[in-house]
Amino acid sequence: MTVIGWIQIILFCAIVIALVKPLGWYMTRVFSGERTFLSPVLRPLERGIYWVGGVDERREQHWLTYTVAMLLFHVGGFALIYGLMRLQAVLPFNPAGQTAVAEDLSFNTAISFITNTNWQNYGGESTLSYLVQMLGLTHQNFLSAATGIALAMALIRGFTRSSMRTVGNFWVDVTRCTLYVLLPICIVYALFLVWQGMPQTLGAYVDAATLEGGKQTIALGPVASQVAIKMLGTNGGGFFNANAAHPFENPTALSNLVQMISIFALGAALTNVFGRMVGNQRQGWAIFAVMGILFVAGVTVTYWAEANGTSALQALGLTGGNMEGKEVRFGVVASSLFAVVTTAASCGAVNAMHDSFTALGGMIPLINMQLGEVIIGGVGAGLYGMLLFVVLAIFVAGLMVGRTPEYVGKKIEAREVKMAMLAILVLPLMYLGWTAVGVVLPSAVASMANAGPHGFTEVLYAYTSGTGNNGSAFAGLTGNTLFYNLTLAMAMFVGRFFMIVPAMAIAGSLVEKKSIPASAGTFPTTGGLFVGLVIGVILIIGGLTFFPALALGPIVEHLAMNANTLF
Amino acid sequence: MLKEIRPAILVLVLLTAITGLAYPLAMTAIAGVIFPKQAQGSLIEKDGKVIGSALIGQEFKEDKYFHGRPSATVAPDPNDSSKTVPAPYNAANSGGSNLGPTSKALNDRVKEDVERLKAENPSAGVPVDLVTTSASGLDPDISPDAALFQVPRVAKARSMSEDVVRELVTQNTQGRFAGVIGEPRVNVLALNLALDAAKAK
Repeated sequence: MTVIGWIQIILFCAIVIALVKPLGWYMTRVFSGERTFLSPVLRPLERGIYWVGGVDERREQHWLTYTVAMLLFHVGGFALIYGLMRLQAVLPFNPAGQTAVAEDLSFNTAISFITNTNWQNYGGESTLSYLVQMLGLTHQNFLSAATGIALAMALIRGFTRSSMRTVGNFWVDVTRCTLYVLLPICIVYALFLVWQGMPQTLGAYVDAATLEGGKQTIALGPVASQVAIKMLGTNGGGFFNANAAHPFENPTALSNLVQMISIFALGAALTNVFGRMVGNQRQGWAIFAVMGILFVAGVTVTYWAEANGTSALQALGLTGGNMEGKEVRFGVVASSLFAVVTTAASCGAVNAMHDSFTALGGMIPLINMQLGEVIIGGVGAGLYGMLLFVVLAIFVAGLMVGRTPEYVGKKIEAREVKMAMLAILVLPLMYLGWTAVGVVLPSAVASMANAGPHGFTEVLYAYTSGTGNNGSAFAGLTGNTLFYNLTLAMAMFVGRFFMIVPAMAIAGSLVEKKSIPASAGTFPTTGGLFVGLVIGVILIIGGLTFFPALALGPIVEHLAMNANTLF
Repeated sequence: MLKEIRPAILVLVLLTAITGLAYPLAMTAIAGVIFPKQAQGSLIEKDGKVIGSALIGQEFKEDKYFHGRPSATVAPDPNDSSKTVPAPYNAANSGGSNLGPTSKALNDRVKEDVERLKAENPSAGVPVDLVTTSASGLDPDISPDAALFQVPRVAKARSMSEDVVRELVTQNTQGRFAGVIGEPRVNVLALNLALDAAKAK
């Protein structure tokens, strides 16, 4: 580890913290339906969408209607992506002449994008036409992100409203999020990325005659417009196979820094939106502190492990850390930081190959996802995931002092706790259950690229990433097989919707309750004790569920590495 | 609930048209005007022919050129499309080796490369980036150490003085952005073009 390395990490953290309040202020206005400086341009467009769609923007929905609207919206999104992938050969914007994508891969990819996972069993430049990248994937990058934020808004309204039945209007929330938050930022952001060197063209791949007389086919495409929303919406599905490690998808150290910031920006700001909406910004900062502490701990471990390198490299006299699977322009520090950011935030873009990280360096991304991606988390999803843990922490605190637990004015009772537990427990069922199948079924075992404990970690990482809707991978695993396409799709589906529906049920239950003013007996939820308690609950629940699996993978691999055992 | 079917279709169609067509096409048009070079892939042309992209590494094997990092990219096997064959710096199929820290295959490959490089230049320690594959397989850069390490070989192959070659390396070394962000690096293609130009003079 170096001083300049830590300066880069601190600079990143400082910029993210500085963005929390202004973005939180702006987003609060957007979701409260207030005018913003963009309203003169966007308001007519917004009204047009409601008029065509038959949406009455003043009519709010019961939580069940809100959830059904969200699910229907996803059915349409799924059909669109699946259809485009199957038909791409006969559709326009296909200069590379890509052929129809197989049924199982199309199915996996469609599920992957509607769940905001963006797992890549396809290689972008070798599989997809420009039309699929734009109309199929770029659009769903926007809408799955907008959906996540909309759901977080519904849950926040559950906390802030007193004795009501409705939690907002799904169509209004999604439309406003897309038009007022995501699209304007992306327009500026995409142009910045092109300036840094990212292609944005509909032209065909270019054949270059190299200096040594070889031929190099250079894949191009409308990259910048997709990458902007891929990062901002914590989607993470790359335009190219190598994702943000590809020089066209992340040309410079500056583009890398901005990409990392944009992964965290909206998720971090949502804690402030929460604080503003419940009437006390310190409630938001307390949640942000929980996230921040866990994040810095993760960065420290991964950076330390990668800077140390592997014992095999050290034995050969190679210094400078573990550079296998990393790019020179990012080096060890920006690669380690990116890996922790992308898995904390449910993004899943990678600027280095996690599969080639050291055992402990690669374990932190795994843990980040297994904790439920609540460290900033996916846009929206991170906040509602964290609020589920808060519900549990408050419940535990209530048990300790023997009072009915309450949080920001709402009593937390049996229904909320049951729903929170359901959402939290369904995740390990998916990733541990399918990993168990994946390591015994011979056809699944054949997909592993590495032998020994690392192969086990590849499978565990795949299902953890899928269930957590992250999308990053230990990419050596050959995921484009019938078994993995189908089982990963199931993990992604369950991981998304079996978390959303209980979270919405909590929103519906809370919104009907009366708000009670804080009294002397109320457990304060803005101080260090609360922050410590939530961190404790997250680590204990996480630790109990996945520590045994980690012991079989990265931990045993670390011990093997130190004993110079190779596989 | 049935009332929600109409917006589920129409709001989806409209938002898709805006975000999936209007937005990327508008960005393509605007970028093509303001940043035409970058938007087309930062291509480098020589005598009217494209010789590569400033951002994409290409394979160098001859002694007279600086070499980039090992690349793990592959291409479909021409004899059996279900298999792949090594194809370094394949810019139509990016990717890394994905070999882990306890991989025997990785360790053997690195060891072989280290020994080869040690024989080539016994006077300096082998830089780690010169024996490890990049994440994309298309890394255009090497570290300044990795460039300096190759100076004796390149100078000898070109019958140039090491000082002149070393000076070219220094000229082509880019520092950190604002002195803080990223890592110092040397773009291999740019350096090799500068070498060819120096020779032409």
